[in-house]
Amino acid sequence: MNIGYYPGCALHGSSNDYEQSLRACLGLLDVQLQEIKDWICCGATAAHSLNHKLSLALPARNLALAERDGHKQLFAPCPLCSMQLLKVQKAIAGNGARGELAQIVEADLRGDSQVLNLIQVFQNIGLDRLKAAVKIPQKEITAACYYGCLLTRPPDVTHFDDFEQPTSMEAVVAATGAKTVDWNYKTECCGAGMTMANEDTVLDLAHKILSNAAAHGANCIVVACPMCHVNLDMKQEAVNRRYGKKHGKKLGMVVYYLSDLVGLALGISAEQLGIDRHFVTKA
Amino acid sequence: MEQSLEDNVLPQGTPDSFLLGALAHTHLQDCYQCGKCTAGCPVAVRMDLAPNQLIRLLQLDDSETALRSSTIWECVSCQTCSARCPKSVDCAGVMDVLREASLAQHKAAKPQHAVVAFQKAFLDNIRRNGRLAELELIGLYKADVVWNTGRIGVLFKDAGLAPQLNKRKKLHLLPEKAKDRGVVERIFARCSARCSEPEKK
Amino acid sequence: MSKIGVFTCWCGENIARTVDVDEVAKRVAGFPGVVCSLNYKYMCSDPGQAMVREKIASEKLDGIVVASCSPHMHLKTFRKAAQTAGLNPYLVEMANIREQCSWVHHDKPSATAKAIDIIRLSVAKVRNDVPLRPIQVPVTRRALVIGGGVAGIQAALDIADAGHEVVMVEREPSIGGKMAGLSETFPTLDCSQCILTPRMVEVGQHPRIKLYSYSEVEAVDGFVGNFKIKIRQKARYVDVSKCTGCGDCWSVCPLKKNPSEFDYGMGMRPAIYIPFPQAVPARPVIDKKVCAKLIRNGCGLCEKKCKAGAIDFKDEDRVVEESVGCIVVATGYKLYNIAKEQPKASLAGYGEYGYGKYKDVIDSLQFERLISASGPTGGVFKRPSDGAIPKNVVFISCVGSRDNAKGMPYCSKICCMYTAKHTMLYKHKVHDGQAHVFYMDIRAGGKGYDEFVRRAIEQDGARYYRGRVSKITQENGKLIVRGADTLAGTPVEIEADLVVLASAMRPADGVEELAQKLNIGYDEFGFLMESHPKLRPVETNTGGVFIAGACQAPKDIPEAVAQASAAASKVQVMLAADELTREPEIAAINEQTCAACYTCLHTCPYHAIERAEVRTGRGVFIKNTARVNAGLCMGCGTCVSVCPSKSADLQGFSEQQIYAMVESLV
Ligand SMILES: Cc1cc2nc3c(=O)[nH]c(=O)nc-3n(C[C@H](O)[C@H](O)[C@H](O)COP(=O)(O)OP(=O)(O)OC[C@H]3O[C@@H](n4cnc5c(N)ncnc54)[C@H](O)[C@@H]3O)c2cc1C
Ligand code: SF4
Ligand code: SF4
Ligand code: SF4
Ligand code: SF4
Ligand code: SF4
Repeated sequence: MNIGYYPGCALHGSSNDYEQSLRACLGLLDVQLQEIKDWICCGATAAHSLNHKLSLALPARNLALAERDGHKQLFAPCPLCSMQLLKVQKAIAGNGARGELAQIVEADLRGDSQVLNLIQVFQNIGLDRLKAAVKIPQKEITAACYYGCLLTRPPDVTHFDDFEQPTSMEAVVAATGAKTVDWNYKTECCGAGMTMANEDTVLDLAHKILSNAAAHGANCIVVACPMCHVNLDMKQEAVNRRYGKKHGKKLGMVVYYLSDLVGLALGISAEQLGIDRHFVTKA
Repeated sequence: MEQSLEDNVLPQGTPDSFLLGALAHTHLQDCYQCGKCTAGCPVAVRMDLAPNQLIRLLQLDDSETALRSSTIWECVSCQTCSARCPKSVDCAGVMDVLREASLAQHKAAKPQHAVVAFQKAFLDNIRRNGRLAELELIGLYKADVVWNTGRIGVLFKDAGLAPQLNKRKKLHLLPEKAKDRGVVERIFARCSARCSEPEKK
Repeated sequence: MSKIGVFTCWCGENIARTVDVDEVAKRVAGFPGVVCSLNYKYMCSDPGQAMVREKIASEKLDGIVVASCSPHMHLKTFRKAAQTAGLNPYLVEMANIREQCSWVHHDKPSATAKAIDIIRLSVAKVRNDVPLRPIQVPVTRRALVIGGGVAGIQAALDIADAGHEVVMVEREPSIGGKMAGLSETFPTLDCSQCILTPRMVEVGQHPRIKLYSYSEVEAVDGFVGNFKIKIRQKARYVDVSKCTGCGDCWSVCPLKKNPSEFDYGMGMRPAIYIPFPQAVPARPVIDKKVCAKLIRNGCGLCEKKCKAGAIDFKDEDRVVEESVGCIVVATGYKLYNIAKEQPKASLAGYGEYGYGKYKDVIDSLQFERLISASGPTGGVFKRPSDGAIPKNVVFISCVGSRDNAKGMPYCSKICCMYTAKHTMLYKHKVHDGQAHVFYMDIRAGGKGYDEFVRRAIEQDGARYYRGRVSKITQENGKLIVRGADTLAGTPVEIEADLVVLASAMRPADGVEELAQKLNIGYDEFGFLMESHPKLRPVETNTGGVFIAGACQAPKDIPEAVAQASAAASKVQVMLAADELTREPEIAAINEQTCAACYTCLHTCPYHAIERAEVRTGRGVFIKNTARVNAGLCMGCGTCVSVCPSKSADLQGFSEQQIYAMVESLV
């Protein structure tokens, strides 16, 4: 299976471990990621915060490029990217922005390709197929599935899962033989793009998420978003520095990309998946 | 008369059809001040105005206070407010509009300079490179913060992370750039990126 | 008709300001057939009517036109005047020159011209009028009451006490409705069962009330005064005539752990059960979905134990027929289902509140059972999960109400009151407990109502926060409620032991199908429609069918009861005589020309057309024909427009009249 692939800046920057994990894991499941040629940044939080038009135009360019390359499906592993792509499609369908956008981005634009997040890619592969391919059931793992904000919200853009009590990620994790916990911060925000600019917020939110997962008996967190990973994994040290005293103990919560966990179950080594490049590698 | 974002909040000059389209379904008068947005907002306690208060001010035509609030820069765009609003008011979308307008009208709250600077630096960065160059972004952002706020400390924040990132092969000294940067420039120009308008003195 | 009188009214200034009434009277006098044309300041006043009567007599008028207001206002008045003067009342026409002319125009000359034209039409019509007689329909002097909640009970007792027979159909095993399960009632805090059960017993023992419990209306046929009702009595597997209600069966039944419908799942009941001890009738039913005998021919203990030999595993549904003259619908309400799964896609449910996920998040009716002295916890207030006594209880108002995004846009009207009541009942049971209420507005209009809410706050210490709740989660056995206090402008977080959701009131399940059987209207939410929101609040648009209680809109008990008595009094008026008078402006079919194609029969929205035969005086068959049932026809005219042989016509609005009116203008 070939699918169009829009990595986004993070996966070609400091979240390159996510891309490594995706390629290793999906490759073994016969999914070839075909990177959109000449893609550009989707503008992320900055664009939708400061310049709405730009926040549609930048992803629109990428949609157009994907269409040009003939991709019916476009996989965007970053939920912010995929949500912005879906927003463009909504704008095209809803208020006829197609013409103007096409002009701005200097390319034809149909807006009919199917934008996928990582969970949907696994769903398309088929959970039964996944189960059948598992070589090393992840019995030791008790995961807190963390959806964050943008996999499911805004619901009228993403149309994905139940935005209050989602369960689709749990289904994928269960296919790897791992257990999941029911916990309370599945869809709470981690502060996303504020990592740099508003560290206070991010540490506060990340701390709540990490400690809630721990309190509910999880030994790891599973994410499908590069920003969530940065805030929960890279920032965990800082969270510990700030809140560790309060607890009297440090949180040591491994944070996996969903593809890491599937990859491990398929028998791929942690090194091949890039798990050794995470900040927190052992509980 | 219905208060509209168009009249009170949007950047002066021609209202942007895209912005209006995005908020076409949000009528400020629909908000009945139930506070569900505030209740679910992960950062409401940090804000000078709770999200529902912000909407209230707009209902009362006081966009000035809204545009100068810290709220719009504390907001992390998590969409929780919009997803749960019983009146389908797109509060998160309103935040976006307010941020854009606040910047264009040079009303961004001073204490929030770091956030503003970061977002601006981010856009500048992709305008020049087409894709994000993380190191360059961090450098320019920090310089801006020091220059504008005098907070030297920001320079050393996370400094320890660099070697850590490097060890994990997560640092790219020579970032990739989009090939066709001309088109990126032109897209920015057509969207008349307000973020880099010079401040009127 | 040749002697027409036209009476033009000024309506004080209302008409005369914009219409030159003198000019009108002058011009109209010249219309063909018009022998007298007068105007007067208030035609509807006594002197005005006297003038009409006098002219009818003196000029021997054989038709009159009153040019004044809408016929809705005064057609009856002038028909009566005509009748007193000896003129057939159906030879009176009204030309509406107020609502349709003077009130909507400014320019006097053109308004005057228009008024003249309007009268021209009416004159053309009245010249083609024929005398009509009101229709007499025989009345079956019995009433049907559907639904045995407090509203149905009240209506049934009122009608029966007035001397008429009542058939009551209740689909649950017992009557009583929601009120039977309430603990104490606002605003007086009297015990709900104490005031309701005597009324239930009265229904059960009333010589003129025939109660079909565990039954539903299957089909409705006929028309006002003459309804034929098919009632499905669901198989109970207990012969009610033999059963003594001793209770041997339900004590012996081994399958005791089935969620009780009456306790909304807060308690358990056996497979053979009465819903609650004071049930009427106090006869059990067997739940065929769980009984071991009925499922796999096992058990059978109850049959062995029953001394009366009342258990009948071979019981089947039975359909019986009843004839009634009037119907009162009192099917009540249900609560909005807060859980995630919803029957309709437009209702999204409240995943954020975790109802159905957390055992200690319950709805308001479940709370009533938990706090009730006769409830499943025997009056001790315990929470469902672990039986602990909750020390912090959060009540959330407007759940599913006033929510365009995923609930109902309307206010459910009673939840503010019962929530205040709940905080008091709770405080009276758990003295060291704290009640917290999240609300948006407190709607407490009504006698003693606001005082009641204030008492909850001021004396019983309920803490009210003005704001909605965004999310409920569970942490270490505590429910974490994240709400807002918009008065203080901050988020609020409360660690609660129990959360009670004041869920929206919605019409009972199946009410839309029932309404279709009865041919009555319902609004977009399924609440039954009254004929006029102010002036005909208990009537429907179908003659002889009335509504009462929460099936019409959210209501509390006093209102439901008042409306039930109102509906009952309407029924009594109808059942007071053997015959019923209806207006004769209905369709008639020319049986000679009717081709018996029955196109009309299939298109009539009121099912008013029947197949009939034309026979000679001696009974020899001549031909088939369609015939209009005078009791059912509403005079809509659909048949007239579809009849290919032009055999259907409307009396009082005949084709001939319409053509004459059109011709008069061209
Ligand atoms: C939590 C709560 C607390 C309340 N507390 C108070 C209070 O303290 N004071 C107060 O004044 N009011 C109170 N109320 C309101 C009160 O319950 C209603 O006003 C009252 O029950 C309405 O009576 P009803 O007969 O119209 O409807 P219901 O009580 O709903 O009765 C309707 C009956 O019709 C039957 N039925 C439905 N459909 C059919 C059908 N198709 N065929 C045959 N039968 C059918 C039902 O089984 C039911 O028996 C409270 C309501 C709630 C939810
Ligand atoms: S949730 Fe919606 S209606 Fe409620 S206060 Fe916020 S914006 Fe207004
Ligand atoms: S989008 Fe912004 S305002 Fe809305 S809940 Fe999230 S952080 Fe709060
Ligand atoms: S036969 Fe059915 S109802 Fe009777 S005792 Fe057995 S299980 Fe209960
Ligand atoms: S009665 Fe009160 S609680 Fe019920 S919907 Fe109306 S305002 Fe809300
Ligand atoms: S006039 Fe209307 S209601 Fe009467 S018989 Fe004809 S179609 Fe039926």
